[in-house]
Amino acid sequence: MPSNTRPDQQHYVAPLEETPLVAIDKVKAEGKPSNLWRDAWNDVRRRPMFWISAALILLVVIVALFPGWFTQTPPNNDCQLSNSNGGPVDGHPLGFTKQGCDIYSRIIHGTSTSLSVGLIVTFLVAVLGVVFGAFAGFYGGWIDSVLSRIGDIFFSIPYILAAVVVMSVLSAYRNVWVISLAIGLFAWPATARVLRAEILRVKNADFVMSATAVGVSRFRILLRHVLPNSLAPVIVITTISLASAIVAEATLSFLGVGLPSSTMSWGNDISAAQFDLRTAPQTLILPSIALSVTVLAFIMMGEVVRDALDPKARARR
Amino acid sequence: MAGYIVRRLLQAIPVLLGTTFLIYFMVFAMPGDPIVGLFGDKTPPPQVLERIRAQYNLDQPFIVQYFIFLGGIFTGNLGTSFSGQPVSEILAATFPVTLRLAVLAVFFEMVAGITVGLVAGLRKGGIFDASALVVSLILISLPIFVIAFVAQFVFGIQLGWFRTTVGTGAPIQDLILPALVLATISFAQISRLTRASVIDTDGQDFVRTAASKGLSRSRIVPVHILRNSLIPVVTYLAVDFGVLMVGATVTEGIFNVPGVGRTLYQAIIRGEGPTVVSFVTVMVLIYLIINLLVDLLYAVLDPRIRYAK
Repeated sequence: MPSNTRPDQQHYVAPLEETPLVAIDKVKAEGKPSNLWRDAWNDVRRRPMFWISAALILLVVIVALFPGWFTQTPPNNDCQLSNSNGGPVDGHPLGFTKQGCDIYSRIIHGTSTSLSVGLIVTFLVAVLGVVFGAFAGFYGGWIDSVLSRIGDIFFSIPYILAAVVVMSVLSAYRNVWVISLAIGLFAWPATARVLRAEILRVKNADFVMSATAVGVSRFRILLRHVLPNSLAPVIVITTISLASAIVAEATLSFLGVGLPSSTMSWGNDISAAQFDLRTAPQTLILPSIALSVTVLAFIMMGEVVRDALDPKARARR
Repeated sequence: MAGYIVRRLLQAIPVLLGTTFLIYFMVFAMPGDPIVGLFGDKTPPPQVLERIRAQYNLDQPFIVQYFIFLGGIFTGNLGTSFSGQPVSEILAATFPVTLRLAVLAVFFEMVAGITVGLVAGLRKGGIFDASALVVSLILISLPIFVIAFVAQFVFGIQLGWFRTTVGTGAPIQDLILPALVLATISFAQISRLTRASVIDTDGQDFVRTAASKGLSRSRIVPVHILRNSLIPVVTYLAVDFGVLMVGATVTEGIFNVPGVGRTLYQAIIRGEGPTVVSFVTVMVLIYLIINLLVDLLYAVLDPRIRYAK
């Protein structure tokens, strides 16, 4: 007979400190309960990649909003053909484009174009993706079939090719809004698919059944209970879609079906510099660096957010 | 299996009709005069407008126009380019070159992506894994035309290892550089996908069983881990063809590869709307067919797919 068994006991009873109760007792009752978003924040703030990308994104946003803080040289009006493809001189730290415009100033003023396209496309993709994905996943049946097939159709056309067609047809209406619409209209099905899959998983959870049992309406369950618990993968994919949208705008502008050459855009500048690659590579490389660093910032942010919100990705780290 | 194939083929029909309808709708139901729009900045003479209207049956109701367009696609009449050459003829001449480029690119990205992903996954958290992550993030962030120009500048102009543009007949040694550029887009995705899959597979029970049976690591890695990790990579191939098509348009344009992509690239640059539309339609159809084939192939490889409802 083990020593810690009372005489009247029939079975062995483990001492308290050996049972899981100890671990449960250790959790402070007055502490805030753990949740996905707090865990994610705790995870994210320990990663240098998060702070690097956050700093870069902040810089891009400030440059886009206040280009005047960074340069006094006008990007378009002060161009001198005598400076064509010229190297750096005093007051013009990065040299000149083929048209003799200040490269540094054009890079600074091009920031807002890329960022606006990125934000508008992301907004469109999020709205369309959430509406289609949420209704398809939650209501199922014929609603799901119809919405999913519509999504399949838009998904089957690579979105840059679709945007090429839209922009070729709308050649008279090229501006930031039209190009964002052309990209966003074909980029949303990926988001809808991810959300639909997540909602299919969440809608069978116990809290949904409890809500149904107490008589909450279906639509309210979707809006208040299912959707908020399914948004994590959507946030990951929209962060990445911001980066893809910036690349898509630059690609379309590079192909000559993007923004008109009067609009300041990194894609336009790269496109204009392509024939001087041999003689003046800096005119092409410098806007490319600006473009790539901006995209990298959002890609890194997406990566960090994915690792924080997806427990499977966290385990793989 | 037969049931699955029939179901998958039936599913493809509305998508096929939907995509062609969508492209047609975009072009012919846009605000403004679509025919004038197709000319870009130039103003065509009225006789030309008349002729093109008749050519596109614009006097018919919209839905009739669409079915005429659809009938054209299925009878091989894909329209004519601005120079008057039938699109199907141009396709026959350019497609083999693009296919050669694409096969080369897929080979490069698969070999490099799977190798890097496997090593990074097996040594999770090591220096190789960390550097592979950094390299892949940078490659994802670089737009394809930037990679193409930098490669052209460094390897073509500065080092002189490759010719900067592809010569006549597109010999294989000239296609290596464009194929490498094309491969960089998906290399990052494939290596990350392989890495994740290798890590997941490495934690599975059957790998532990193999190890406890006393099998050596050099047998477990290729036979048990790698083979089972490749299923998501194979599925990615279907998505990859969409990426490759957009990438080929830019890459072939920059390296002057005489393929389908360059034809589309030049049509876009010159603002030849009708040619752009025909080529995009053809590319989307090829993409759909390849996706269908990959899905069917996938069902052959993995029995769970064909029995799932």
